[in-house]
Amino acid sequence: MRMLTLDQVDDLALGATLLGTGGGGDPYVGRLMLRQAIRTHGPVTLLDPDELAGDGLVMTVAVVGAPTVLLEKIPAGTEFVGAVNALAAYMGRQPVALMPIEVGGCNTLFPLATAAEMGLPVVDADGMRRAFPQIEMTVLTLAGIKASPMTVADEKGNLCVFETTTNQLGETLVRGAVMSLTLANAFSSYSMTVSQVARHAILGSLTYCTDLGRHLSAVQRGESGAFERFLEAAEGSVIFSGTIVDVERRTTEGFAKGTVTIETRDGSDRTMQIAIQNEFLVAFEDGEPVVTVPDLICILDAETTEPITTETLGYGQRVNVVALPCAPEWHQDGMLEVVGPGAFGFDFEYRRLGT
Amino acid sequence: MTLRLGIDVGGTNTDAVLVDDLGKVLAVHKAPTTADPMDGISAAIAAVVTDNERGRIAQAMLGTTHSANAIIQRRGLGKVAVLRLAAPSSLAVAPGADWPDELRRSVISAEAIVEGGYEYDGRVIADLDEDAVRRFAAEEAGSADAIAVSCAFSPANYEHELRAAELVGEELGEAFPISLSHKVGTLGLLERENATMLNAALLGVARAVVDGLRGALAENGLDAAPYITQNDGTLMTASHALEMPVLSLGSGPTNSMRGACSLAGLADAIVVDVGGTSTDIGILVDGFPRESATAVQVGGVRTNFRMPDLISIGLGGGTIVRPSGVDVAVGPDSVGYRVTEAALVCGGDTLTLSDVSVAGDRLSGFGDGSLVAGVEPAVVRGALEWVDRQITLGSERMKASRQPMPLLAVGGGAHLVPDGIPGTLEVIRPNHHAVANAYGAAIAEASGTIDRVYEYEASSREECLDDAREEARRAAVATGADPDRVRITSVVEVPMTYIPGGRCRVQVKAAGPLG
Repeated sequence: MRMLTLDQVDDLALGATLLGTGGGGDPYVGRLMLRQAIRTHGPVTLLDPDELAGDGLVMTVAVVGAPTVLLEKIPAGTEFVGAVNALAAYMGRQPVALMPIEVGGCNTLFPLATAAEMGLPVVDADGMRRAFPQIEMTVLTLAGIKASPMTVADEKGNLCVFETTTNQLGETLVRGAVMSLTLANAFSSYSMTVSQVARHAILGSLTYCTDLGRHLSAVQRGESGAFERFLEAAEGSVIFSGTIVDVERRTTEGFAKGTVTIETRDGSDRTMQIAIQNEFLVAFEDGEPVVTVPDLICILDAETTEPITTETLGYGQRVNVVALPCAPEWHQDGMLEVVGPGAFGFDFEYRRLGT
Repeated sequence: MTLRLGIDVGGTNTDAVLVDDLGKVLAVHKAPTTADPMDGISAAIAAVVTDNERGRIAQAMLGTTHSANAIIQRRGLGKVAVLRLAAPSSLAVAPGADWPDELRRSVISAEAIVEGGYEYDGRVIADLDEDAVRRFAAEEAGSADAIAVSCAFSPANYEHELRAAELVGEELGEAFPISLSHKVGTLGLLERENATMLNAALLGVARAVVDGLRGALAENGLDAAPYITQNDGTLMTASHALEMPVLSLGSGPTNSMRGACSLAGLADAIVVDVGGTSTDIGILVDGFPRESATAVQVGGVRTNFRMPDLISIGLGGGTIVRPSGVDVAVGPDSVGYRVTEAALVCGGDTLTLSDVSVAGDRLSGFGDGSLVAGVEPAVVRGALEWVDRQITLGSERMKASRQPMPLLAVGGGAHLVPDGIPGTLEVIRPNHHAVANAYGAAIAEASGTIDRVYEYEASSREECLDDAREEARRAAVATGADPDRVRITSVVEVPMTYIPGGRCRVQVKAAGPLG
């Protein structure tokens, strides 16, 4: 057991921006919300699954929809509590803990704020350890755990409950509901027992995220050797350094797609292109895919070491591209169908980082 | 031939420059900035204007870092009561949640989130709670100098903000100062709300500056139209500046960069402005500073203004140099404006970059060069190498392409900039560069804006935008822009999604040099 206190929130949010791999929604609003929740209700208890009874029920909570809406319509807090309570009422069982579905982007922080408000602990685990655009893109789906039953709630008291046969269909139905509500709503799903979390979730992801954020902030403070320690903790490597020479964006099929092109500064002809679909998905060097989804591609500002999001990419930025291996839990049957390059419409194979 | 007066009120000096309508400099003067800005402005004006020019001065343009400094130094700020129209949404993040503690304490007198505001598609989140607005106004009347109002999705739908302003007016009188967020910023509720609060807090500071300018003009017998320069290098009338001080927050660096380029006769260049404590590096494209793509912090507060994209480094004439063994450590601390007494060449006891510049033959005519004869050549070399590296890295970072560009060195510490910088064509030190700020104010452009809701489906998006552009051009010409040189500088569309008719808020700005 450990306590998530006010002074760790900024590191956690910085780590969440990094693991958002360019997308996942800006954690800014979530960071402020978590700070207010901790100030009001006290620190959040983080637990490993073996600290809870195995048959206790764990629920995830998140924002589903367009995270850009949150920039204008800030959450009330009550919509997340409403989604969790509705799921508990529907199932006739109270949760013993909450869990993030996605440690990466804004959804890292909402479950923690909700847990502070509800007086529940949070399991230090998640289903992605990065950001992905769709509900079914979790290691839990690979393990056969159902996202259903699922609830969607707004801050006014509107609620829906969904039962679906597949997690993919759940994604479709929930998105339809959100379109009719207010485009960014609270969502509770993937209820499972503590033993299921222990067996199938990605464990320790909140600690991992906070650690990476702490290392990055040490780099930003100019501590010597901090960047090397960051890479070591992330098992990452700098795969390219250069200047952004082109950013091309388009919106198709409801996704923000595009390509960013980076050239070296050392006078050689090497170029890197990174394909964007909400997140940075694939890095190509001289046309060849070198890092592929689900491994992580992070673009860091060369001077400030701030992770750059797809919205803030700009011509002339000097950047380091860092590749991180995805959580080892991803490497199991079904991964390629759910989150491999083919799942995003690419016609080349996944090449595992470091092989 | 008519004349223009450019004035810059800085933290240390108030500069004035008299310019003819071809942009030629007729006279310049530096006076110390005074507690009441009017005295410094008046002294600077008196020094540059002669009797036979007095009647020919048509405009007086003032640029200032006064508002920016007021925020950074927490000085002269008004108390603001903040009202957000968004409940039941947004309760999880209170207004001012991300402000530095001391700034929050010195500015925010009260805050409330009441029912109101809009969804992304124009539906209301809740009807405006008019009683709550009235109660808030009545309760805060005694402790607040101004009220700031924000509202969810007000860039697209601002009726609730207008209604709240009416209610506040009924409670506290029409004259009670109020800032509405849809007039201040664009999408991003917290950033826009922050900017609106800063605007409300700066109303008193703006009053002092505008009164200072008007008073100084009257004292000198000038009948010139008073203008204040904005962040984007265009002018606003003094009366508009009284309501929107926040729009002039970034005008200092903009004026300095535009002034430097114009003095050098260039439209595209890197500008390195070296002061006593720090150096700002920016880039001008087509005569205007490139704007920052990311959220801009003002005094530790996140806003969504468009501000000049600048790199600031701790490098200035007063920066302290410390030899340590074979190495040398430079800054980041500085003796600042005390350089004229603290530097070795001035008989002081602190080794500064100005001393190094004298010893390295970059600066002459400052203090007594013999006083740095004892400084180790290795220390001089090491410190100057550090300076060159910082300036090279900073200018490299500002450049948008590999194409080499000219570099303009301006400001009191410009001597530190070496004659050759890798990746630049040449280093230019324009005449009168010490008053680049005031000159930049004198050449600021007239502008016009239009802010209107269009129904795209009634005609077409292109026709609506054409109409908006034409209206903006006409508005710019009406404020004095040369009709042949006016151009569109920004187009912002905020669609009101899912409202029948394809309604869209369109904001267009046009600008051009004074005709």
